[in-house]
Amino acid sequence: MAKIISDVVCPFCGTLCDDLEVKVSDDGKEILEVYNACVIGTEKFLHSQAEDRLKVPQMQDEEGNSKDVSVDDAVEYTAQMLCNAKKPLMYGWSSTNCEAQSVGHEIAELVGAVVDNTATVCHGTTLIALQDVGVPSCTLGEVKNRADRIVFWGCNPAHAHPRHMSRYSIFPRGFFTGKGHKARKMVVVDPRSTDTAKMADLHMQIEQGRDYELLSALRVAIRGNPLPETVAGIPRETIQDVAETLKSGRFVIIFFGMGVTQSLSKNHNIDIAISLTRDLNDYTKAAIMPMRGHYNVTGSGQVLGWQFGYPFCVDLSRGFARYNPGDSTSNDLLRRGEVDAVFVLGSDPGAHFPISSVKKIAHLPSVCVDPHFTPTSAVCKLHMPVAFVGVEEAGCAYRMDNVPIETRKVVDAPEGMLSDEEFLKRVLTRVKEIKGVA
Amino acid sequence: METVTLTPKEQSELYIDAENITPDTFAGKSAAEIAELQVFEGNQTQTLGQYFEVAGTAGATAEETKIVIKGDVTKVKYIGMRMTGGEIVVEGSADMYVGAWMEGGRIHVQGNVDSFSGTGMKGGEIEVDGNAGNYLGAAYRGDWRGMQAGTIRVHGDAGSDLGTFMNGGTIIVEGDVDVHVGTHAEGGTIIVKGNGTSKIGGQMVKGEIYVFGTIDVMMPGYIYREDVDLEVDGDSARFALFEGDMGERHSKRKGQVIYGKIYQKY
Ligand code: SF4
Repeated sequence: MAKIISDVVCPFCGTLCDDLEVKVSDDGKEILEVYNACVIGTEKFLHSQAEDRLKVPQMQDEEGNSKDVSVDDAVEYTAQMLCNAKKPLMYGWSSTNCEAQSVGHEIAELVGAVVDNTATVCHGTTLIALQDVGVPSCTLGEVKNRADRIVFWGCNPAHAHPRHMSRYSIFPRGFFTGKGHKARKMVVVDPRSTDTAKMADLHMQIEQGRDYELLSALRVAIRGNPLPETVAGIPRETIQDVAETLKSGRFVIIFFGMGVTQSLSKNHNIDIAISLTRDLNDYTKAAIMPMRGHYNVTGSGQVLGWQFGYPFCVDLSRGFARYNPGDSTSNDLLRRGEVDAVFVLGSDPGAHFPISSVKKIAHLPSVCVDPHFTPTSAVCKLHMPVAFVGVEEAGCAYRMDNVPIETRKVVDAPEGMLSDEEFLKRVLTRVKEIKGVA
Repeated sequence: METVTLTPKEQSELYIDAENITPDTFAGKSAAEIAELQVFEGNQTQTLGQYFEVAGTAGATAEETKIVIKGDVTKVKYIGMRMTGGEIVVEGSADMYVGAWMEGGRIHVQGNVDSFSGTGMKGGEIEVDGNAGNYLGAAYRGDWRGMQAGTIRVHGDAGSDLGTFMNGGTIIVEGDVDVHVGTHAEGGTIIVKGNGTSKIGGQMVKGEIYVFGTIDVMMPGYIYREDVDLEVDGDSARFALFEGDMGERHSKRKGQVIYGKIYQKY
């Protein structure tokens, strides 16, 4: 007899679906099936059961050959590395719970590190824009119950957030949206004809890198001012139509993704999209929300925010918190050779950073903490395998709309395996000993 | 005016924060005292003397103090930060935040400067013989006060995000600039003698931007008004005047709406 665990939270993308059901074996050790999740979410649960899963820390010697080491050795190497560095970088944090993040930050403060999360290569620009102009936002529940004008700008939820449209944005019938998608107008702005774009009532197939101009044009149209014949490859009439469609809605929501946060104009794209949202509030209710990727990148920003006052790339090297994207951001630090040790937890820069940055990591003392063997593990001196947070360990995570959700534990981690938080606590204890603080 | 010379000796392994290299901090100190001033390499506190040979003496006040750095300081940040008077000459290139939040005096860098130079500048003068990085004369993150007064002149090119949230002062770039010039500007003057790219004057409320070269894409919120003959930084020429950004809020003065202005040379 197997048992079913219900109300399980999916620890994969920022949609943080909280309606999963997981069938586990009677002894509670094996996941048999996952219900309600999308393919990527299901895969995350099942992957914790992989036969070839790493269970022992591995250290590279001078020649790059790996050998197994004990957990004690791993703790010792990590603590020594962080204490001996003049400016260590502690990067990642987006695929772990808030509890682990907070312990990591305590270490960072003691060793004078830079703490940065994956926002640095995805929605960090959004956070810069937020600081510049503020943000009128809402929760996904409000979207489901109220929104009748949905804009997806530079994002493709059909693939990146597979259940977003069915749970919140397009299909569900909500309190004031009883007709479901039939009463919603969907606008997609994307240079490519993505699967999301194909579902839209209107797809503005914009010229690559001209989002700032098109957003500006929408603001001009909303104010009723004249426009050039085409902007960003979109005819004036279409822009005016879209402006009217948005103005005439009862509740407008603009979702945006890395297509605008990491293409030309970056933070300015978001800044002007927020300004457009603000303008729309002169006519109707409008809100804007980033489509955040990692399931707890939002939480990392929150924890950093309440501990140090800034949401990412916080430089603690001088004993107080400093922040300036372009200076204290991971890739700038690596590119310029400003850091002398790298600690990675809950992310995979080896797969996502520019090769020039990855090469820098390969030449520095480095630690990768991850349940999987990743491209980052391949370049780091030490790989420390840990339990799957959200599968084998509970804890707090923040959904893309900043709603904190307690994730659930469904199975036990393999015998003797530490969670992120436990590993960090052991490193913290050792760091305190080395530094001579109680 | 008394002169203190700093000659770089030991290269730092990482980068150093040297906000103490200002006439204000040096004033009234001997070479030995200056060599004892703190600089920071990551989480380590060091002395200026560790990285520089210090010679000469400072004047009694910032105004009477000149600092000459003999060589490249491309791994030194914050030179001239918050200075209120006196002079700094760098006989080479400097790193980020040169003259950030400076209030007075003069900085002359004979090489290049990196990003964030002149951040939130309130007065004084910065002259760069080479190129400047991004965010020249811009605001610090989240601040609505970019450069407020003073002059920045770059003889070479400048990067992107020039004069973001600028609300006073003048920036002159004799070469080309990258995207985003004067975003959110609420005053001030930007002169680009070379070519601009796109996104010039986006979300601009007030202020003037002069472009002598090309603008590949004009922001859709700008409307051509008229041709004007002007003398700009010593050059007399005919310019096309565009007003905008029509998507942004604008205040009124004497019943007239005040717009941001882009002048493009014919
Ligand atoms: S949409 Fe995201 S959170 Fe929901 S099941 Fe799929 S991967 Fe998990």
